[in-house]
Order: sequence, then structure tokens, then C-alpha cells
Amino acid sequence: MTGYDQERIGELLRLLPPAPMGWVQAAQELPAARDEIAALVARAEADAAYRARVVADLEAALEAEGIPVTPSVVAALRLGLEAE
Amino acid sequence: MLTDAELVARCRTGDEAAWNELVERFSRYVYAICVQAYRLPPHDAEDVFQEVFARVYQHLGRLRSDDAIRPWIAQLTRRLCIDRLRASGRESPADTDALEPGGYDESLAQIDEALAVRECLDAVGAACKDILDRFFCRDESYNAIGAALDLPAGTIASRISRCLAKLKIELEGRNVAPAPSGDR
Repeated sequence: MTGYDQERIGELLRLLPPAPMGWVQAAQELPAARDEIAALVARAEADAAYRARVVADLEAALEAEGIPVTPSVVAALRLGLEAE
Repeated sequence: MLTDAELVARCRTGDEAAWNELVERFSRYVYAICVQAYRLPPHDAEDVFQEVFARVYQHLGRLRSDDAIRPWIAQLTRRLCIDRLRASGRESPADTDALEPGGYDESLAQIDEALAVRECLDAVGAACKDILDRFFCRDESYNAIGAALDLPAGTIASRISRCLAKLKIELEGRNVAPAPSGDR
């Protein structure tokens, strides 16, 4: 016997509503952007002036490369630059 | 259903379907920690949510034990939420220290418990999972559920009750125990 009653089970289920669909999709698209982000990071690693521009405005750098700007891609780029 | 460890192993091979499943599996958990435990506003919650999955994706190869993905995601989400609260000035470091672990622990424990209960949903059948998810998680009305599932609205309450009973039996079978709580 676990001690759960139906009301408690319902309360617990309510604690996990779905995350907004757009957020989930953006996170799922990370692998598709992996190579493009890696190329951008590699270029930044080789060119200090370019790196400074990228760091100053991550979103603009992504846009300039034609990479769709989503919060997950911005986060991935920032992490990639930090890991250099 | 793949175990967490199996899913992580597949993600590490570059399996995009596995990554989709991993995000799907933990998205509610991360979201709940952000908005229910730490009560981040939507914009901050979205930033933390995306940062969590970006870090998970980047560091999957460095995870020491594939079984550890869940506590790792919980810890990562928690840390990023605290960073966000500090950065926004809503919590001074001293305040946050005072609230960690005591203040947020109750919420986090309940979210962990909710995840354990949710995992049992797969065992009660797709129809029950769907109706319970619609009612409890998506807050749909009996009428909306009836229309979506082509069922008489008058039968929805009894279906929910029967599905909850099945879920209770499943929980008992798995020996999932309620977390101790002072407010119940």
C-alpha cells in the first residue's frame, strides 16, 4: 500500500503541465544547428576580431550566418564560445 | 520504453530521434522546476529551459553515469534558476542561501514525486494516459475532452476515476511511496 489516494494522484499530475510547445521544439532542433554553431565557434577561435563581434551580439552573429535564432541556439553558441 | 540510460546512450551516438525523446521526457520536469519551484517569469523560464537543454546536449558525452541524467538535469535546472534569480535581483545571494535547500526543497520533492507518478502513466494504457493528461495536466474541461476524444461528456468523470484507480494500482505495484510532507 503506497498511501496514495486519487485526489493526491491528481494533485501530483497537475504539477507537470506540458512546457510550451515552441520551447520543446526549439530544444529538439539543437542537433540540426550543431554543425553551423561549431563552424561559427571555430571561426571565432581563429579570428579574434570576429570573436569580439560575435560575443558582443550573439543573435546578430547567428543571423548574419543565416542560422535561425532561437533561445536554445543562442545558449548553445554561448556555451561553445565559453568552451573554447 | 527506453530507460534513461539507454536513451542517453542513443543520444550520444547522434540519434536525433533519441534526443527528441529525451527533450520530451524531461521538458515538463525542467519547466515545472522553473515555474513552480522557483516561480520564474515566462521569459526567464524560457531562457533557463533552453540553457538546460543546450548544456545537456553539449555535455552528454561527459556524463559519468547514464543513469544519472535525471538528478543531473534537476541540479542543473536548479542552479540556473538560482543564477537567474540572483541576476534579476529578486534574490540576494544571502536570501538564496537561506532558501536553499529548505525553502525550495518541498516544491522540488513534490515535482520529483510527480515525475515518478507520471512515469507510471505509460503502464495504464494510452487511453487512460490521454484522458488523465488532458484533465489534470492540460486543464481541459469534460466537454473539451469529450469533444476531442469523441466521448459523451457525461462519461468523462467516471472514466477519469477508473483511470486514477488503475494508476493507483500501478503505483502500488511499483511501490512508489508518497514523499513525506508537512502540508498534506
